[in-house]
Amino acid sequence: MAEQQQDARIPTVVADDLHIVYRVNGAKTGKGSATAALSRIIKRGEERGVRKVHAVRGVSFVAYRGEAIGLIGSNGSGKSTLLRAIAGLLPAEQGKVYTDGQPSLLGVNAALMNDLTGERNVILGGLAMGMSREEIKERYQEIVDFSGINEKGDFITLPMRTYSSGMAARLRFSIAAAKDHDVLMIDEALATGDRKFQKRSEDRIRELRKEAGTVFLVSHNNKSIRDTCDRVLWLERGELRMDGPTDEVLKEYEKFTGK
Amino acid sequence: MSETTHDATVAMSAPAAPDEGLTARELAAKHGLTVSGARPTLIEYVRQLWDRRHFILAFSRAKLTAQYSQAKLGQLWQVATPLLNAAVYFFIFGLLLEADRGLPREVYIPFLVTGVFVFTFTQSSVMAGVRAISGNLGLVRALHFPRASLPISFALQQLQQLLFSMIVLFAVAVGFGHYPDPSWLLIVPVLVLQFCFNTGLALIMARAGAKTPDLAQLMPFVMRTWMYASGVMFSIPIFLEGKPQWIANVLQWNPAAIYMDLMRFALIDEYDSTYMPDHVWAAAGGWAVLFAIGGFVYFWKAEERYGRG
Repeated sequence: MAEQQQDARIPTVVADDLHIVYRVNGAKTGKGSATAALSRIIKRGEERGVRKVHAVRGVSFVAYRGEAIGLIGSNGSGKSTLLRAIAGLLPAEQGKVYTDGQPSLLGVNAALMNDLTGERNVILGGLAMGMSREEIKERYQEIVDFSGINEKGDFITLPMRTYSSGMAARLRFSIAAAKDHDVLMIDEALATGDRKFQKRSEDRIRELRKEAGTVFLVSHNNKSIRDTCDRVLWLERGELRMDGPTDEVLKEYEKFTGK
Repeated sequence: MSETTHDATVAMSAPAAPDEGLTARELAAKHGLTVSGARPTLIEYVRQLWDRRHFILAFSRAKLTAQYSQAKLGQLWQVATPLLNAAVYFFIFGLLLEADRGLPREVYIPFLVTGVFVFTFTQSSVMAGVRAISGNLGLVRALHFPRASLPISFALQQLQQLLFSMIVLFAVAVGFGHYPDPSWLLIVPVLVLQFCFNTGLALIMARAGAKTPDLAQLMPFVMRTWMYASGVMFSIPIFLEGKPQWIANVLQWNPAAIYMDLMRFALIDEYDSTYMPDHVWAAAGGWAVLFAIGGFVYFWKAEERYGRG
């Protein structure tokens, strides 16, 4: 990568004919009874009782350093799945994704525990994202201040289950946004918290964008896509329907959704 | 409408790049990109795992704390739960069924309590292992970390749980006249070996449970059979007197029985080596090494496939 000249575009993510298939147990045909399940096992079909959901079908694209790419499409079109596959979190059924370094999803929700205090969740979330204890200690105050949890009293020492949903979302975003990333992926993270916090998080995302090599953003909010992205991938039914500059794609997309 | 082509270099409006015409694989190779989500080498994997040691420890402690955080008595349950457990087993097997035949009462009670706690350690590690991946898909699909962190973390949680139980165990031992002596130091190597064994087993179960979640339903029955066959509430050599020797041998050499016996040997003065098979330490070490290494390699082999729904 070092030998690249200034003007050449350096790819950071290459997706090559990517297919993602989910396997769902026990969802085959309408019959969910025990006898139906038993007969499926006895009959020995090719994959008994398993229904396949082909979520991403043959998507190929190249993302370059410095790009901010929006992912749009109706619900269930495979946007989040595609992000996870790029991050290497979902194994590909067919095809490959090549990346520069380790792309990371913005979000630590899954690692946090509602029964623990906000304080311990900050530490746990940071460790889960691969930060060291020193890094977390350094950034701890920053994270708490950013979340604004303590603006209304000492809430950070209370268990997270006592937080309002808005407060919890703010803390989650603050933890997730504390780390710098090479290739950053954001899944509708902009829509959390109150107006004031939204503003603050948008600024933070812009900062992260500057530091990150490439940014992917999934959102249903065309305005936030227009504000942050210069290129858009439009997915529909798991297929890449369009790939181009934001304005062009959004115009087609808005025509498609009948706006 | 753009056509999605299988040639990844075509981005509809991208200006012509010097990379035009390369296939995806060549393009990736040229710029030093690596396959996302590929399995690292075994050595690299161990290194990654070591980097995550703080996460593994923090996660296990968080799980342990979260367990009782809603209870009024809070963390007191860490000790109260094993105590009640021991009381129930004593009531059923000591008083009602009188399974203590051949052992004096002051030996049988600590014998029983040790057995229950040591076996529970293995049992709960297995059960947590089965659900380590399949029960944490959200985490697996959201963050990067060597997946072995999860089963190891759960095994570690059970170890900490056992350390709480040890408080009860020590109290029971002292209560029945077994005072601390140098042989109590043997508890440490026994715990280390059993922890290695449990972790290996949890790793194996985690991979199996990720592929077949049904195991979570099946395992309680397997574990209960194992428990009754391992001499948790009776002494194998005494109970099987008159039966063919090989049955007793098989039961006594099984890892759960070996770790239980060693722990009793360490704690209870009267429980000496006549109750145990020969070469018992070698067996304890052998099981630990076999499962720890075998389980780890077995788990690592499927590293890139965890998280597929």
